[in-house]
Amino acid sequence: MSTQTFDMAAIESIIAKRKSMPGALLPILHDIQNTVGYIPPSAVPAIAEGVNISRAEVHGVITYYHFFRQHPAGKHVVQICRAEACQARGCEELASHAKELLGCDFHGTTDDNNFSLETVYCLGQCASGPAIQIDDDLYARVSKEKFNRLIQAKRGVQ
Amino acid sequence: MTVTIFVPRDSTALALGANETAAAIAKEAKARGIDIKLVRNGSRGMFWLEPMVEVATDAGRIAFGPIEEHEVAGLFDADFLNGGKHDKALGLTEEIPYLKKQERLQFVRVGITDPVSLEDYLAHEGYVGLKKAITMEPAAIVQEVTDSGLRGRGGAAFPTGIKWKTVLGAKAAQKYIACNADEGDSGTFSDRMVMEDDPFMLIEGMTIAGLAVGATEGYIYVRSEYPHSIANLNEAIDAANAAGYLGANILGSGRTFNLQVRKAAGAYVCGEETAMLESIEGKRGMVRAKPPLPALEGLFGKPTVINNVISLSAVPLIMSRGAEFYKNYGMGRSRGTLPMQLAGNLKYGGLVEKAFGVTLRELLYDFGGGSESGRPIRAVQVGGPLGAYMPESLFDTPFDYEAFAAVDSTVGHGGLVAFDDTVDMAKQARYAMHFCVAESCGKCTPCRIGSTRGVEVMDKIIANQNRPQQIRLLRDLCDVMVTGSLCAMGNMTPFPVLSALNHFPEDFGDQPMATAA
Repeated sequence: MSTQTFDMAAIESIIAKRKSMPGALLPILHDIQNTVGYIPPSAVPAIAEGVNISRAEVHGVITYYHFFRQHPAGKHVVQICRAEACQARGCEELASHAKELLGCDFHGTTDDNNFSLETVYCLGQCASGPAIQIDDDLYARVSKEKFNRLIQAKRGVQ
Repeated sequence: MTVTIFVPRDSTALALGANETAAAIAKEAKARGIDIKLVRNGSRGMFWLEPMVEVATDAGRIAFGPIEEHEVAGLFDADFLNGGKHDKALGLTEEIPYLKKQERLQFVRVGITDPVSLEDYLAHEGYVGLKKAITMEPAAIVQEVTDSGLRGRGGAAFPTGIKWKTVLGAKAAQKYIACNADEGDSGTFSDRMVMEDDPFMLIEGMTIAGLAVGATEGYIYVRSEYPHSIANLNEAIDAANAAGYLGANILGSGRTFNLQVRKAAGAYVCGEETAMLESIEGKRGMVRAKPPLPALEGLFGKPTVINNVISLSAVPLIMSRGAEFYKNYGMGRSRGTLPMQLAGNLKYGGLVEKAFGVTLRELLYDFGGGSESGRPIRAVQVGGPLGAYMPESLFDTPFDYEAFAAVDSTVGHGGLVAFDDTVDMAKQARYAMHFCVAESCGKCTPCRIGSTRGVEVMDKIIANQNRPQQIRLLRDLCDVMVTGSLCAMGNMTPFPVLSALNHFPEDFGDQPMATAA
């Protein structure tokens, strides 16, 4: 279990700032994930109170959307597009290679907590696949060799 | 003399190293004492050439590409700023056949201007449409859009003007414009290119929509996978507000239109319009039953125009050049142009805007150059994960909503994904069902349960367990999903599945054509 090291005051201030806007819940969740890296389950009661809905409804929204995390991710998040356009350009081979290289499965995190591996359905780079994203950076035409170089570079700057 | 150099900021260019190339150009120019102005333009949409570097000359812009960081010094050595010879030189950009053969009405600025420069936008026919619309009666604006023949570019192809008319006629204290920018279909990136490479066009289109129907608030619902779109839209919205093109007193007219971007959260089904409304309201993206139509009871229960990015950003052009101009392009009941997206296994993937009527074959071979792998193209999926797989025998189908419907296919959002002959169509059919399992909102049974059963049936077919019976079962299941699902997610997932089965029966084993009793 990871210890709770997030800043509850920061979460409270996000809720206070956003709660009166129409349809405030998604913007609040995005801001929290941006700041904390995930949405701590223990923040749910405060969010529910802020937007005046039940905790169950907040939980329902968090778990509905693929983008929101309830647990911290690894230091780097590696997303590999596995939708049709990238399939047509060999993303499944890259996906197998990535699992082998990182030593973890999709939706998993490496033992050293350095990388989380995720599937994404479409990064909008459909003419130049396979496409991946590492943290905030996009990469297109990713061969196995290019993937190795990118991962190595991230390992180098731990 | 200062030379202007262009290096795109479009995310595909960035994904291929455009920032590194741009930095290298700036550094090299400085080291050599050459005075340059570096503009970060949008992409011309010829992605095999990205990062594509352009240089402004008296004769027009000349292009070089693809240029990686390590090739920059060589460019300077070849004196590329003065037309020096280089093996990556492409000549005048406008003369590159891929661009020259297009009919870029809507994407006229894309790749040419700095996307977030309002000044650049104004210098290229920007806001001419709004200036005209602001002098017109709302009903006249709606009529102009109706007359243009514009139909919803998100995929449903519903006449845009008719939708606007419904909202205009609705009586309410508050109305909304909601732009569906949840471009989740694989093989599509035209919305992304508008938002990243010409965001003011969308902003102007939404502002005109607001004037036309009496809406004062607009929302753009953008995928979380498109951070560059969100950033460019926000920057452009700020600039438009500061210059009086948005806000409480548009161009001094006393009319109000406020616009904000809402970030989605990775649920494909939120591209369905009512699920999108739920999501903007802060709920799970569950599809709503219709009626009521969102045009009457939409966002926060108020009358709402929901249009796709391409539909809304066609409006400034229609207003500035007139409905007749737009309508003169196209065929049958498909009027105007469609920005088509060439994706997957193609040599020359990218954005091709053409009038309706162009055939699939022209796009795949004349523009796309055939498969990148060099193998024969066996199947093309048109219109995203819910679109049909089309075999070579249908490649002469013209892009036209009705012509595609006649062969059980759909134009959708104009994306096409090419597969070579190594593709296993049974696997693609299984993937379509699997995608529906992952992305179904879960509200209706045919979609939620049907997709899971569909994966199981496909697994049995692939494993050759009682194939004829399983194929009958698959057809029966698809029939239930088509007719019984609440929205396109469930009732279009059978499109890729059945088209794979019908057009590529050899991939489904011995007795594939078994039909339901």
